[in-house]
Amino acid sequence: MSKRSHISPRIDRPPRWATRFLEWYCKPSLYEDLQGDLLEYFGRNVAAKGLTYARLIYIIDVLKFFRLYTVQKPQIFKGMNQFILLSNYFKTSVRSMARNKLFSTINVVGLAISMSVGLLMIAFLTDIYSFDTFHEKYDRIYRVGNTYQRLEEDESKFASTSIQAASRIKSDIPGIEEMVLITRNFRGDAAYNNKIIAIEGLYAEPSFFSVFSFKLKQGDAATVLKEPYSVVLDETTAKKLFDDKDPVGELIKLNDKDSYTVTGVMEDMPGNSHLRAPVVASYSTYEIKEKENEESTRLTRWNNMWSNYIYLVVRPDQDIEALQASLNQISAEENEVDEHTTINMWLQPMSAIVPGEDLSNQIGPSFELKMVWIITVLAFVVLVSACFNYTNLSIARSLRRSKEVGIRKVIGASGGDVFGQFILEAVVISGLSLVFAFILYYTAIRPRFLGLSEEISEMITLIPSPLTFLYFLLLAVVTGVLAGFFPALFFSRISVHKVLKNVSSLKLFGNVTFRKVLIVFQYTLSLAFIIGATMAYKQYDFAVNFDLGYKTDNILNIDLLGNDVEKVKTALSEIPEITDMSASTLVTSVGSYWGTTAKYKDPLDSTNINYNGIDENYIPIHGLELIAGRNFISQSDSSAESQIIVNEKLLKRFNIGEPLDAIGETLKVDDKDVKIVGVVKDFHYGKIDSPIKEFAYRYKADQYYVINALISSSDIPGTMEKIESKWDELDAIHPFEAEFYDDRIQKSYEEYLVMVKIIGFLAFLAISIASLGLLGMVVFTTETRLKEISIRKVLGASEQALVFLLGRGFIFLLLISAAIAVPATWYFFNQIVFNDLAYKATFGFLELFGGVLVVFGIAALAVGSQTVRAARTNPAETLRNE
Amino acid sequence: MKGTNLGEFEELVLLTIAALMEEAYSVAVCDELTKHTGREVKLGVVHAVLNRLEEKGYVKSGLGEATNVRGGRRKRFYTITSGGKATLLKAREQRDQLWSMIPDVVFKGI
Repeated sequence: MSKRSHISPRIDRPPRWATRFLEWYCKPSLYEDLQGDLLEYFGRNVAAKGLTYARLIYIIDVLKFFRLYTVQKPQIFKGMNQFILLSNYFKTSVRSMARNKLFSTINVVGLAISMSVGLLMIAFLTDIYSFDTFHEKYDRIYRVGNTYQRLEEDESKFASTSIQAASRIKSDIPGIEEMVLITRNFRGDAAYNNKIIAIEGLYAEPSFFSVFSFKLKQGDAATVLKEPYSVVLDETTAKKLFDDKDPVGELIKLNDKDSYTVTGVMEDMPGNSHLRAPVVASYSTYEIKEKENEESTRLTRWNNMWSNYIYLVVRPDQDIEALQASLNQISAEENEVDEHTTINMWLQPMSAIVPGEDLSNQIGPSFELKMVWIITVLAFVVLVSACFNYTNLSIARSLRRSKEVGIRKVIGASGGDVFGQFILEAVVISGLSLVFAFILYYTAIRPRFLGLSEEISEMITLIPSPLTFLYFLLLAVVTGVLAGFFPALFFSRISVHKVLKNVSSLKLFGNVTFRKVLIVFQYTLSLAFIIGATMAYKQYDFAVNFDLGYKTDNILNIDLLGNDVEKVKTALSEIPEITDMSASTLVTSVGSYWGTTAKYKDPLDSTNINYNGIDENYIPIHGLELIAGRNFISQSDSSAESQIIVNEKLLKRFNIGEPLDAIGETLKVDDKDVKIVGVVKDFHYGKIDSPIKEFAYRYKADQYYVINALISSSDIPGTMEKIESKWDELDAIHPFEAEFYDDRIQKSYEEYLVMVKIIGFLAFLAISIASLGLLGMVVFTTETRLKEISIRKVLGASEQALVFLLGRGFIFLLLISAAIAVPATWYFFNQIVFNDLAYKATFGFLELFGGVLVVFGIAALAVGSQTVRAARTNPAETLRNE
Repeated sequence: MKGTNLGEFEELVLLTIAALMEEAYSVAVCDELTKHTGREVKLGVVHAVLNRLEEKGYVKSGLGEATNVRGGRRKRFYTITSGGKATLLKAREQRDQLWSMIPDVVFKGI
């Protein structure tokens, strides 16, 4: 009955908002007849030209009547009235909060928890979007990257390009305001007087300091990078090398070979720059060096595109599409030279670098746009979940406030006033929550988030700026409005005579379905998070303990850092705890690869292979299984590479047949003939996200970068100290860098661990919020049904029956949530998140339902504690009062 | 305020109000003008002019009785004041004088 009264008979009405607008701006003295006129016209238009047209004309007319003589002047008295009411609203809100401490606490705690995540999201987004914005020409800087496609393979996008590209752009495309070519790999040990430090930076053209807004402390921006062998240091490096001495004009020696003149000192590049280098050397240096090396193709080859970066400053009026077209033209011409590869140049605006696409060969830190979206959505979902608590509890408890609303309406409050009042109340609560949220954010969330991984703490600080604070306030208001919207709507629609005549006739439980949906949503979310976290952990565990096909325990990988292998080996062999040592090019199974091409008999059939350069000790130390042939035989460094050990996949690729048949066959690797001396059983040289492919061990004395030391010691820290002190005797410049193989593998799967931590944390939040909400609902239900319970008890109902009666509704909701969450999360992780992985963990009952049981347990505790209490109350106490 | 001069359109509206007598409210004025001038007269224009005429004191207005039409909104009826009448008469007099000055020759042959 009450429902029907809301629906008015369908008549053709002009848009309500337009009428409201008219009412809002029009002088009250003019309003009535003007409104009447418009309605009269509206009626005519409906009859003559149809409803849509009439409504359109109505809107236009309303807008047209917004004139000087119709608009009312702002009324001071009205404002005063609002202000007085505002303080009244505030007072009632505070009183109502104080009266219901439990519910207020639930609301504030829930909102505070979720808002702290919201604060994190805001601080994070402001940080990420502040990247590179300090460049004055930020809007006009574009980076030229390459897309690379070999034969019919998939195209991949690179941030880097070739030097040839730069030369062609310079000669072929006129009218670009500025351009800078940057090349990576300016590195070495810089020496001044007796001080030596390792430096690593960039080579850049002279325009570097005018394209970018990195500030020079000393030196002239136009000329610092002009002459060959000039270098600009940042303040930290200058301080390290020169202490307080003025470095400009001094000579530093790099790797005991070349002398560079320090021409300038720049401020340290800021953390929110995707370009980061402590030292910048002149590009002309690089050019001279490459020209000395006759074999080098770096300066001229179109497909040598791995370590150079081009940044353009376009004119304000430049047609970017035309520019791209010119780039395409150049690419097309250059691609004719090599038929195997297709390389195209593409333009990337500075604003799309961080956050941006996932590109290969990034020059500095990067952050995927996809991740930005995921984080935002997750934070938002948690926020909404807490808003639901507020919505749910407020509507459920509306009975208590409805009389107040009735009186207000009788006195003359309009629906809008009541709506405003309850929105304000929600905003007051969310404002209070903001305070707690901020404390929570500063003490717990921010440090933990920054501690997730080093990469994160290097990129962002999460220190709020004044603007961020403004966003924080905005967040509180938005949260308040979001949370208070439905309750406010509900209250504003309460009909006066019903509330005042007979409260119980108020259709309070009309919203029951709505509230149930909200609870199901919250629990589905909680379950999804906890299941997701378990699955991610399982995958991490699976990856770290994966049987790679060789031994990694007790192997310490020591970076050579440019030192001679034999020298280091000799020095380390004095330590008794090191039982054996081998040398290799890289540490496998942690995500790094070295590759080259190999051919068998057919000179036209070449394939990409991954390899590791090793010595004769490597295979025994790592317990690799040779299924045919033998290990490498020690060879003098100077003799040419002649032996190779391959895996089974490589045999299959070239159809060599049985492993035994392969021994003695000749492969062409790097255009050199090598004999297969052994075949190693397939093992996982990559991370488990990629399948095993063709792989070879090469005997490459000139490519040893790592020592693999087999350690046998009961006192690992002591041994490490010994090795480190040995290292320091050997190499005073480079600090000792070593890591146990197993630790290294764990680190390479850190992303899963980060995922576990983030999702786990969100799960914790979502569960807390949902449990709080559930607790609130249960308390409310039992309170309102206390009389019913007492009567049932008097009539002989048992306690268990009563607990079941009260709890079954909630249990049912939880079951629905589980029925949605389990399959959905399983599908999401198995088919989407882990889809690319070659080796996936299998997810069993424990992973899928363990979390569900935990959540159910907590929920049962919330429901149980309250229902049992209600069921145990003495019926006499509740019933006596009537 | 601009002078007490009557604009062309204002004069037309004022005349219509006088002609419609008791029935002069905005929409009726609009319709009447549309009918007689043959051009489409917008409500917005008429409304503004009515408002201005009232400011100048040529018309008085008052709300009528509420009816069932126009969503129950009352109409604002306009009646011409003596000042308005005087202005109209004056305008007409001026015209007549001017007309009388035109020799018959001018309009010959039309």
